[in-house]
Amino acid sequence: MGFERFGTVSFVSQTKVAKFVDFLDEGSLMGTKCKSCGTKYFPPRNDCAECLSSDMEWFEITGPGKLVTYSKLMYAPSGFEKDLPYRICVVEYPDGVKVFGRISPSISDEELSIGMDLVAVPVKLSGDKVAYEFRRP
Amino acid sequence: MQKVGIIGVGQSAFVRGYEGSIRELVFEGFSEAMRDAQIKPQDIQASIICSAPEYDKQRTPAGLMAEYLGLNPQPTFYIESVCSSSSMGLRVAFSMIQAGLHDVVAVIGFQKMSEISSAESQERMGRGADIMWESPFGTMMPAYYAMHARAHMNTYGTTEEDLALIRVKAASYGQINEKAVYRKGVTLEKALESDPVSTPLKVFDCCANADGSSCIIVASEEMAKKLSPKPVWILGLGAASAPINMAGRTTFTGLTCAREAAKQAYDMAGVGPGDIDVAEVHDCFTIAEMMAYEDLGFAEPGKGKELIRNKETYIGGKIPVNVDGGLLSKGHPIGATGGSQIRTITLQLRGEAGPMQVDGAKIGLVHNIGGVGIYGNVTIFGRDE
Repeated sequence: MGFERFGTVSFVSQTKVAKFVDFLDEGSLMGTKCKSCGTKYFPPRNDCAECLSSDMEWFEITGPGKLVTYSKLMYAPSGFEKDLPYRICVVEYPDGVKVFGRISPSISDEELSIGMDLVAVPVKLSGDKVAYEFRRP
Repeated sequence: MQKVGIIGVGQSAFVRGYEGSIRELVFEGFSEAMRDAQIKPQDIQASIICSAPEYDKQRTPAGLMAEYLGLNPQPTFYIESVCSSSSMGLRVAFSMIQAGLHDVVAVIGFQKMSEISSAESQERMGRGADIMWESPFGTMMPAYYAMHARAHMNTYGTTEEDLALIRVKAASYGQINEKAVYRKGVTLEKALESDPVSTPLKVFDCCANADGSSCIIVASEEMAKKLSPKPVWILGLGAASAPINMAGRTTFTGLTCAREAAKQAYDMAGVGPGDIDVAEVHDCFTIAEMMAYEDLGFAEPGKGKELIRNKETYIGGKIPVNVDGGLLSKGHPIGATGGSQIRTITLQLRGEAGPMQVDGAKIGLVHNIGGVGIYGNVTIFGRDE
């Protein structure tokens, strides 16, 4: 339990990487790194697909990364209507790790450009839920 | 290796709000394929049922369909790779025939999407992505493809008008396809003025949800020659996968699973992109067709826009694509879509495509994608001289 606190609507409650949510509470966006072969993962994983080890450690995603692509949704799947409109994106960090998430409302559509610097910031949502969003550094 | 052929094809009309149950919907495509092949249910040695779950309430639909279609006691089972389910079904049928297990196999695809609301449908499709890490942000298929469109525009200078031109082409052929759900023409202005769904994609950049079924009868070389005056042969099959999570993707200007599947299919068939006379590509969104031009090698990366600007993908052009209206106008009943694409190419190679016929088509290609480039299937077909 615990992971159901992640995002506007969560579809998974149990995972061995549920500590991710605790890290968001503490203000950090974390991925996992394989202690055996060094492969870095975001989203975090409990198990390494490269060397099949399950001996992982957490590392912090620090920014800034660069905006790879994005889209602004004018329609939403059921459960997300009240968030409209919102923007989803992919951001790539210098070490090659990519992170999917939403862009903060603090950045206007006009300010957005592919390649711009963004940082991931944990945010509190209503109903004791947590997530992260991308803001200007 | 023996050859494997298509000896019968069928599909229901693709419609909004089919007034019947899924078994009756499936019967429409199946019965048309059986009449086309001129065989009876007991001539089918195994059936493969293809759809995406959670649109209707039926669990394990293969058992239901086999009974309703008169296919007991032969083996039946279910194959799922969302939107490419029936192309994957064809791949499995090919394998079973090559292995000598069966001589005649039916690949049956269906989807009745109208049992749930559009928002519920988007929610289900959104869960066809990574439900742990992406769905909690409120994702849906148009948004994922929109991110690819944004990347393609930024990298190659592709414009919203280029994408709209793909919709105009689809609509021009959808008008003459009596099985299509959207039978109206679309002008460039109308496409460009339509409301945004997920920027930069608009309403007319998106395919229509539909209810429909399809059926492909696949046979061994010996049986195909015995039963069919005009068998269409499977020359090459390619299948590949890519990370479900966008964070795992290496590019957003194309689909790596399509590129890999295309390479496999071209190699197996011993042909190249320039040999293809007519193609069906997975245009769930206009950007998906643009990327398909490039992923299949019909155009160099970034040059897909030249193909549509110069009408090279119309009948009479260098490589006619989706001249049955595509998913954009024909509609996209998920599990039935691949079978419908295969049907179109089979009719083209037999010279039976009516007003949509590409004269003298000898080699055809089907590009069928599951999810946002999770599953890629490319299949190449040919006919006897």
